[in-house]
Amino acid sequence: MVSDSGGEKMSLKAMLRDERFWKIAFQVITLLVVIGIFSFLISNLNRNLAQQGNAFGFGFITNPAGFSIGESAIEYRPNDPYWRALMVGLSNTLTLVASGIVFTTILGISAGVASFSNNWLLYKLSRVYVGLVRNVPLLLQLFFWYFAIYGTLPRPENQIDFLGLSYLNNRGVYIPWPSSAGLALLGIASTIAAAVAAFYLWQWRTKLRIETGSGGQAQLIALGILALVLILILTVGMNWQVPEAVERGGVTGGLRLSREFVASLSALVFYTSAFVAEIVRAGIQSVSKGQWEAARSLGLNPGLVMRLVVFPQAMRVIIPPMNSEYMNLTKNSSLAFAVAFPEIYSVANTTYNQTGRPVEVFLILMATYLLICLVITLVMNQLNRAVQFKER
Amino acid sequence: MTSVTPDSFSSAPPEVSSLGPVAWMKKHLFSDWFNSLLTIIIVSLLGLGAYRFLTWAFITAQWVVIPNNLGLFMTGTYPSDLYVRIWALLAIMCALAGVSWGVLSRNLSTLFSRNVLIGIGVICAFIILFPATRPSALKLLPMVAIVAGMAAAGRALGRQFPGIGKWVSLSWFLSYFVALWLIGGGLGLTNVSTNDWGGLVLTLFTAVSGIALCFPLGIVLALGRRSALPVVRWLSTAYIEIVRGVPLVAFLFMGQVMIPLFLPEGARPDRVLRAIIALSLFSAAYLAENVRAGLQAVPRGQREAAMSLGLNTPMTLGLIILPQALKIAIPAIVGQFISLFQDTTLLAIVGLAELLGIGRSILANPNYLGRYAEVYLFLGVIYWIFCYAMSLGSRKIEEKLNTER
Repeated sequence: MVSDSGGEKMSLKAMLRDERFWKIAFQVITLLVVIGIFSFLISNLNRNLAQQGNAFGFGFITNPAGFSIGESAIEYRPNDPYWRALMVGLSNTLTLVASGIVFTTILGISAGVASFSNNWLLYKLSRVYVGLVRNVPLLLQLFFWYFAIYGTLPRPENQIDFLGLSYLNNRGVYIPWPSSAGLALLGIASTIAAAVAAFYLWQWRTKLRIETGSGGQAQLIALGILALVLILILTVGMNWQVPEAVERGGVTGGLRLSREFVASLSALVFYTSAFVAEIVRAGIQSVSKGQWEAARSLGLNPGLVMRLVVFPQAMRVIIPPMNSEYMNLTKNSSLAFAVAFPEIYSVANTTYNQTGRPVEVFLILMATYLLICLVITLVMNQLNRAVQFKER
Repeated sequence: MTSVTPDSFSSAPPEVSSLGPVAWMKKHLFSDWFNSLLTIIIVSLLGLGAYRFLTWAFITAQWVVIPNNLGLFMTGTYPSDLYVRIWALLAIMCALAGVSWGVLSRNLSTLFSRNVLIGIGVICAFIILFPATRPSALKLLPMVAIVAGMAAAGRALGRQFPGIGKWVSLSWFLSYFVALWLIGGGLGLTNVSTNDWGGLVLTLFTAVSGIALCFPLGIVLALGRRSALPVVRWLSTAYIEIVRGVPLVAFLFMGQVMIPLFLPEGARPDRVLRAIIALSLFSAAYLAENVRAGLQAVPRGQREAAMSLGLNTPMTLGLIILPQALKIAIPAIVGQFISLFQDTTLLAIVGLAELLGIGRSILANPNYLGRYAEVYLFLGVIYWIFCYAMSLGSRKIEEKLNTER
């Protein structure tokens, strides 16, 4: 009998000492704790919502919204349903994010490359820019752009005039633009298509020249025709509308970029570019010194060394963190709400204020941002695959 | 022993010093036509910008908004008869900073080197000359004296008792609660409602609390994500990815609204507390990713060696893996802390009167209408100083912990 109970004790002891037991026990305990916390929170939520008379549900998004939105890329009237209002917010967010990504890429890469310039002034400028902008909060910079820079531009009566093509006043920026949104989309799409086609044509030509040592004239002519067609589409086909100053101040025609949009875009681009510049700098630094020296000793000038040898190798290091910078830009675009730019967060906030449904609105917001970030990640992953080392 | 010490070795600059100013300019600014053009363009743009800025700063700008509201900028609507508590807090912080400085530099031959003395002199001159700080100069100058005096004391103590570092860390930890007591009151001091907390004090308080809370949470999440146990791994991953997919402003705003909804009836945490909770829950997810990168950089052999020595999992993690991983991750972690500090500005949107929030309410005052540039520049300088100090500190720690030289 004694040995029996001893054996039981022993097996209990052995079980307590066995890591396999603890692994399972730990997971079960974690799961139970998490489920417990969740059910506690959700039961509270249900009770609190029931008390407010708002049972959980997404039925409200077909109700008329009843508020107006300052600017929208798609058509919207105040008595359209909430989902339509949210779509307007989404379109504004997408406009902001897309233009932000384009300008951030340009400015960030320029600033990053500039920190390797052998011009001391340019190098210092790039370093000071990065050190200054990264250490000041984005929201503060946004307010600075909105109130202290664009807010102090002249009134429409004595607006700033750029060669009669663009106008700048404290209500926004006016630029030439195709006469209809469809044409503008067509222009952007054909530019992208032409760029892709030109890239492949150039690759084809290089490959041909490497393999045969000559030729490539046909591709060069094709490239020329491509460029000509694009220029024709962009100049004649777009039916450009140039903004015109009105007698007593103000502007008609063209595209008005509101002060809210321009300020948000400037703040986002300047802030994110400083981080991108650091990423680019780190990426270029990661390319070994021998690559520079080898390329130089082949007789390439510094500009070509950067463009043909160093930068393509740096891309491998640059692209993964760039992805997260683009996502940061996307998420930070919600700050535009603070200067009353009607992007998705701002519209969602109004929706919440009117309907009193924080949980549903929060879920919609979360899903939207998750979706945008997912698309960016997918594109960047494709790009990443393209620049990775091609090993035999 | 060789006669060359590493110090004298590194302090000898390459032949740059032999370059005259003209030769230097020729080499660095006008090496070819493109560079020369670039230099001319940049110089003219910078000159124009500097001219515009200086004329604005000295002629157009009305800086009076800063000194008139300095109390508001620093403490918000904190009752002015209780300012002495904030001063006491500042004195404690200065003393602790001084002691830490002294203890950390106990092995240096001179504590007050020429550069440090110049720095102290500049700070004193700034306090006396800068109009905004002049009314409180009598209180600020002793603070500098406290730092210097405590540094000397700390150095002497550090030499006497080499193990004093732990006690300094402990007093920093305790000082947090002292700060809470001094700001908020209770235990014999008058209570100050969190509605009256504000300005720089609130910014620093939320930032420090957020950092203190998100650090352990971030480590736990990172370990969870790297764990071999599937349930723990899935839960951590889901948390990290969901939180990282949401903008902070949504998180904070909804945090203010939803935290009360998720709690039992009547439990309504204070709004400063709600903001701190939301901020740390948010930052923890990002911090977890930084720590995870550090964990991944620790070679597998370390874990196997620890296991073969008979250490169990918690001991392996705590004694072998984490110290190495955190050391690797320091730059990223401090970067995350800096962005948490910057993120406290978003509390202005949810209605807290922290530094940016109080700046906005000052700008809403009809007396200071349109003084945007002055106020925002001033706030920008404050934020810049703190963020830059943090990144400088991280670089110092990195150097100190770098054992592979």
